[in-house]
Amino acid sequence: MSARSWQRKGVGRKADSLFAIMAALSGVLILLVLAYMVISTTATALPVFGSQGISFIAGSEWSPSNGQFGILAFIYGTVVTSVIALVIAVPLSLGVSLFLTEYSPRRLRGIIGYAVDLLAAVPSVIYGLWGVFILLPLFLQPTADFLSDNLGFIPIFKGPASGLSYFGAGVILAIMITPIITSLCREVFDTVPNADRQAAYALGATKWEMIRQAVLPRGRAGVVGATMLGLGRALGETIAVALLIGSSVKVDTSVLSPGYSMAAVIANQFQEATGDHIRALVGIGVVLFGLTIIINMGARALVWRFNRV
Amino acid sequence: MDRWAGSRIVPGVCLRECKPARRRVWRNRRNTTLVLLAVGLTLIPVIMILYQITARGIATMDWEFLTSSMPFSFRREGGGFLNGLVGTAIMVGLASAISIPLGILAAVYIVEYGKRNWLAKLIRFFSDVMAGVPSVFVGLFVYTALVIQFGFGALMGAASLAIIMLPIIVRSTEEMLKLVPHELKDASYALGAAKWQTIMRVILPSAAPGISTGVMLAVGRAAGETAPLILTALGSYQLTAKLWGAPMSSLTLAIFDGARNPFAAGQARAWAGALELLIIVLVFTVVARVVASRSRISR
Amino acid sequence: MSPETLPVDANSERTGVTPLAAVAARDDSEISQGLAEKPVFAVRDLSVHYGKSIALKGVTMDIRPRRITAIIGPSGCGKSTLIRCFNRMNELIPGAQVSGEILYHGEDIYASGVDPVVVRRHIGMVFQRPNPFPKSIYDNVAFGAKINGYRGDMDELVERSLRRAALWDEVKGKLKKSALDLSGGQQQRLCIARAIAVEPDVILMDEPASALDPIATTRIEDLMQELKQEYSIIIVTHNMQQAARVSDETAFLYTEVDAETSARWGILVEFGDTGQIFTKPRDKRTEDYVSGRFG
Repeated sequence: MSARSWQRKGVGRKADSLFAIMAALSGVLILLVLAYMVISTTATALPVFGSQGISFIAGSEWSPSNGQFGILAFIYGTVVTSVIALVIAVPLSLGVSLFLTEYSPRRLRGIIGYAVDLLAAVPSVIYGLWGVFILLPLFLQPTADFLSDNLGFIPIFKGPASGLSYFGAGVILAIMITPIITSLCREVFDTVPNADRQAAYALGATKWEMIRQAVLPRGRAGVVGATMLGLGRALGETIAVALLIGSSVKVDTSVLSPGYSMAAVIANQFQEATGDHIRALVGIGVVLFGLTIIINMGARALVWRFNRV
Repeated sequence: MDRWAGSRIVPGVCLRECKPARRRVWRNRRNTTLVLLAVGLTLIPVIMILYQITARGIATMDWEFLTSSMPFSFRREGGGFLNGLVGTAIMVGLASAISIPLGILAAVYIVEYGKRNWLAKLIRFFSDVMAGVPSVFVGLFVYTALVIQFGFGALMGAASLAIIMLPIIVRSTEEMLKLVPHELKDASYALGAAKWQTIMRVILPSAAPGISTGVMLAVGRAAGETAPLILTALGSYQLTAKLWGAPMSSLTLAIFDGARNPFAAGQARAWAGALELLIIVLVFTVVARVVASRSRISR
Repeated sequence: MSPETLPVDANSERTGVTPLAAVAARDDSEISQGLAEKPVFAVRDLSVHYGKSIALKGVTMDIRPRRITAIIGPSGCGKSTLIRCFNRMNELIPGAQVSGEILYHGEDIYASGVDPVVVRRHIGMVFQRPNPFPKSIYDNVAFGAKINGYRGDMDELVERSLRRAALWDEVKGKLKKSALDLSGGQQQRLCIARAIAVEPDVILMDEPASALDPIATTRIEDLMQELKQEYSIIIVTHNMQQAARVSDETAFLYTEVDAETSARWGILVEFGDTGQIFTKPRDKRTEDYVSGRFG
């Protein structure tokens, strides 16, 4: 073997390990960034956590000028709007995904699938703009009025009704997360073997009985996982909610009254905030981060378990 | 009439008279109707958004809108979102320059180097976690880590967008790399290629269509982000190309400000900006899908 | 290879009689009696199209009650397409079109106003691969009865069906366990139990033993002999020995190829008593097939 070819081999090996190290470093960078995310934000918010103590998450008194930072109203708003979004989006998503996998003729499947994907691609600021100027006068305010006029005796629909409310934000969130839940549910239902469908039909099942007995049971874990991923997305959604929730710092049982959510208060107050106010907003972010991480990990675990079966 | 009756079927019963129980037929019909209703309700917002953004956007969209920046008051008519468009282009471009190589390399590590290795599993798991982080939190992070020291600017905005793009690129690249057939790798190794040469010359090119799909989806997502930019680029009336030291606008920030102000002229500009943004985002998404479906056929 | 030298298999070893001899020795009077019976199915000029291509052309045959009718033929000849016509499963495939008539006790099952759900409740089906639902053994058997509004004693029905499918003794202690934990052969018998739990008139079996090992296959074949006391059975099989062993009558399907367009479709070549098909086939193609010259 000549010296020249031996040398080339040595260079190749060096390049090889260099490349491997670069690849590994890129991966490790993800871990470092994520770790630094938690450290940096928590460190910034720490003085406020320290001065407020437990009342940071348990108190609902939010008054930056007096140095009082209780974020309960924001947590409440985030949870309420997300629940409203799920109540609307989950049945819609189930319907659309069942249509796409079980009912639709092949041609329509492509078109409607595309339309739903399109809904997923629309940026949230466009949802916000459309929500405030179109959906609010056309649907949200009339529906809110109708609910409080007719069902006002139920505490959650008590007036005075506003379209800029938990309800309004929940509806816009529902529109935003429906495509996410739909596409996951669709994947899940697509994995149901055709043999199962045929078995049900061969026993004299109607279409719905086939779906109820053969399709839905197989997809249960996947549907729950998809719902939780949708929830994770709803919890952190910022701009559309900021425009539609009504920006009122209070805990109100009526979903028709204005409120505030964690992400929305960060986006709305950040530009005017200084000092401890900013630290408190970062603290809200830390709490929001913890909440979404728990939800997302649970969802991943469920989807993962489903994929293994 | 449901002929369960004596349980055993009488041969020769008239099939036409024999119907499933009315309750079953009714339930089947009701649920079919509900499914169709769900599809209808979901399609309404799609159609409304596309129609209204187009109709209201076109009303203000003209050459002036595309080529000039915002006036200093929302009250004033005229002007456009050039400052936002340039800002979006600069920040998304920078973010892509950071996140695309990093994301692809990380995916290469997960698939090609770290098979069943704890570090690869850890990276994979936490890139999933990263994908679930609310974008507003990413903005807060960049604010605490960079903005407090260096001030608002394009670079900070790009950093937050890069963090949002990274997990999308890692996951889609990973999926694509897994699909590269073993025979291809073996053939390359059999010719005496080193591992890095095999990856650069054989594996990545053959996964390229799929990877570019993921990249384009990530770019579309970044171009539509607002919340992290509020905390990092802040927004500005002025057209600027300064990468740091000066706040920068983006299309999304400009639309957000337009939507929040009470003046008709500002709102009109927001609609035109929304049309501009929607076209950009949809082009990236649609091209991504076309590339994806092409590569699926060739596979 | 002549029909007489077909390989001897597990089943014939057990009985000590080669299946073909058994078929040939069957009392002729039994067969002539059967001819007087009214058919369960009268198939008249049945053709099936998938989109523009034709899959099955001009099938006419009578299927007699309480017999096992086997459908044999080379792969791709439309055996499965034919059997799926009997319970209108074909129409679940987009683009499938059926023309001609299938008269079930004299009544066209494809007539307008006939609900396929009702047809399938009369005519049960067992598939090639065992396909129990991912539910408990009990729920699998009870499924059909539940959706059909059975108001009797469900436990009793489940037990009776499992007994008739010769599965009761193996599963009676674990009815609440998942059906997917059973072996392949047990799963297939569970599918048979599930089919007979709705008390059908006819049972269609589409290669019910092709995914099973020889012992499980024998059990299914024994079970079919039991079941034919009460049910008319139609079975598709690619295994000629199986057809010869279990069936009373045999239909032989064959693929015709259009020389110009190279389109392929199935036709019914010969239909008759199993003994006659295997020992004295009238058609040259049948003879070639049963003697193993092609297919």
